[in-house]
Amino acid sequence: MNERAIDVRGLNKSFGDRHVVRDVSIAVDTGRITGFLGPNGSGKTTTLRLLCGLLTPDSGEGTVLGLDFRARGDAIKRQTGYMTQKFSLYEDMTLEENLAFVARVHGLEQRRERVEDTLHRLGLFDRRRQLAGALSGGWKQRLALAAATLHEPRLLLLDEPTAGVDPKARREFWDEIHTLAAGGLTVLVSTHYMDEAERCHDIGYILYGRLIARGTADSIIRDSGLVTFLGEGPGIDRAAHLLAQADGVLSASAFGAAVHVSGVKREALEAALAPWRKEPFRWSEVPPSLEDVFIQLMGRERDERYTS
Amino acid sequence: MRGSLPRILAVLLKEFTQLRRDRITYAMILVMPVMQLLIFGYAINMDPRHLPAAVLSHDTSTLANSVVSALERTGYVDVRYLPRSDEELDQLIRRGQVLLGITIPPDFTRRVLKGERAQILAEADASDPQAAAGALAAVSVLPTEALRNERVGLGMPRSTAPPFEVVVHRRYNPESRSPFNIVPGLLGIILSMTLVMMTAMAVTRERERGTMETLLSTPATPVEIMVGKLTPYVVVGLIQTVVVLVMARGLFSVPMARTAAGWLALACGIVLFIVGNLSLGYLISTVARSQLQAMQMSMFYMLPSIFLSGFAFPFLGLPPWARVLGEIIPVTHFLRIVRGALLKEQVLADMGNDLLALGLFVLAVAGAALARSRTTLD
Repeated sequence: MNERAIDVRGLNKSFGDRHVVRDVSIAVDTGRITGFLGPNGSGKTTTLRLLCGLLTPDSGEGTVLGLDFRARGDAIKRQTGYMTQKFSLYEDMTLEENLAFVARVHGLEQRRERVEDTLHRLGLFDRRRQLAGALSGGWKQRLALAAATLHEPRLLLLDEPTAGVDPKARREFWDEIHTLAAGGLTVLVSTHYMDEAERCHDIGYILYGRLIARGTADSIIRDSGLVTFLGEGPGIDRAAHLLAQADGVLSASAFGAAVHVSGVKREALEAALAPWRKEPFRWSEVPPSLEDVFIQLMGRERDERYTS
Repeated sequence: MRGSLPRILAVLLKEFTQLRRDRITYAMILVMPVMQLLIFGYAINMDPRHLPAAVLSHDTSTLANSVVSALERTGYVDVRYLPRSDEELDQLIRRGQVLLGITIPPDFTRRVLKGERAQILAEADASDPQAAAGALAAVSVLPTEALRNERVGLGMPRSTAPPFEVVVHRRYNPESRSPFNIVPGLLGIILSMTLVMMTAMAVTRERERGTMETLLSTPATPVEIMVGKLTPYVVVGLIQTVVVLVMARGLFSVPMARTAAGWLALACGIVLFIVGNLSLGYLISTVARSQLQAMQMSMFYMLPSIFLSGFAFPFLGLPPWARVLGEIIPVTHFLRIVRGALLKEQVLADMGNDLLALGLFVLAVAGAALARSRTTLD
């Protein structure tokens, strides 16, 4: 039994002259939930599609579920659940009909029982006769999860599963994901939400097609070397605006009534803050949030692009 | 009114912007009419000439030969075959190789010389009354025109009654009833129109709605997806066929196949034709980017199916290049099969070429559709 559900190296994919995924190497241990973060268009969806065989990589090698992922795409597909970013089940079919179709196409035994179990498990049973197109966002997402997990895959790939879903539905969705992972399912999920990133066991941050940070949320924050100050007081948001331009400040952004000001060099950051250390402002050092780190990562990558 | 002008302009400019983005639609809007105008403008001829004919002459005299050359001189028919027996002539007509069969009896010359009532037999394939009319027009002038010079040479008076008469047989449709020709033809057109269009939407719709991504992430292979998608429409096509045939019989008294062999031949043709149309629709759907494009391509296919297949105009009256185009279109072969089975008592042996053509069409088009189907989104 392979300990690693995913172990691929040197993944590349171009569309025309757009190099969307560059030398991505990623290893995911069995039973882990890995969050995939990165700005829009950074290559998250493409990476997921490469891993589940929906796209053919230009180069790269390795294993998914212990199988050579380039040669055994069909076998991997059978054991992988994939939930697309856009709802992609049949809107003109009922929930039950959609799931029955998925069950049949996967050649499942005891189809009726499994469909019913899944409907119950995800709280969809009462709505089983509704057309999928008539569901609201949260229910659609639940149905999509039901369809992606019906065949009891060993690997689950979720592409921004909670976009446009209310907080309660999101929480329930994540509880379900954790239950599945506890049962040994490996999950790779792309998201834009920092709170969701923190719900993952570990994180990969992808930018301009490169995987630039990998590890647990804590380790990524620790390794960033980032220093963050929290500023409070009336008019602090205007101060943040000016601070953002100052030398030594990588980012200064509002968090409600407070601002986070971050930089990599403590002295430079202190120097920049000095003029603002006066009434009515109060400053205190805080651990950087994941978002601060990602904003720093984005800035760093951009700098590298300009200097190269 | 003055206030709404800028808004009209805004919508108008937006439409043009979108039209310009959609290159294929744009191209088809311009290219389609040009191609259609060129093809149909040159191909369609309301007064078909050079229709194929066969002459079975039991009389080898110069007089009989003069009749044949007079027939050809009209320009309406070309004598392509000289069968040796009634059976041979019969088969040529039944299989649609000729539209007109002329039989000159052995005593033709003797009777003409003696001034007795000489006759020649003209059998026209009236399963398409329009085409038959063209061929028979050539025949009708024969008695007065054919032997004009010979009669002078033989010293016969110029002004007497024509030296012979033509007995006309309109075979397969003696009363020249148009529905006998049009209604079976409509079966082909209806099946094409609905089946090609329906399947052309099938894959395009999945792609437009995003469900293709789910379908591709399942273990289903392209062949499985194609067979699964097309089979329901085979049933739809068969139901349509039954409805059309029942109405053809009930409302238009169109003859039906009279033997089991005839029905079998018809059934083979119908199944092949349905599958061919579905494969073509599927191929279109793998090429088209949107349902609108799929619709346009289906329409683009329909017009030659109507004009070059022998449905609207006699196939044998088309110029040779248009007949070559027509032979590629499945409707052409299907029309021969369905008219053959219903009107001409054809059996499998008579329609071998057309069944073969349909079979090849199915193989080529289904193969191309499969080759274009992918298991990935690349």
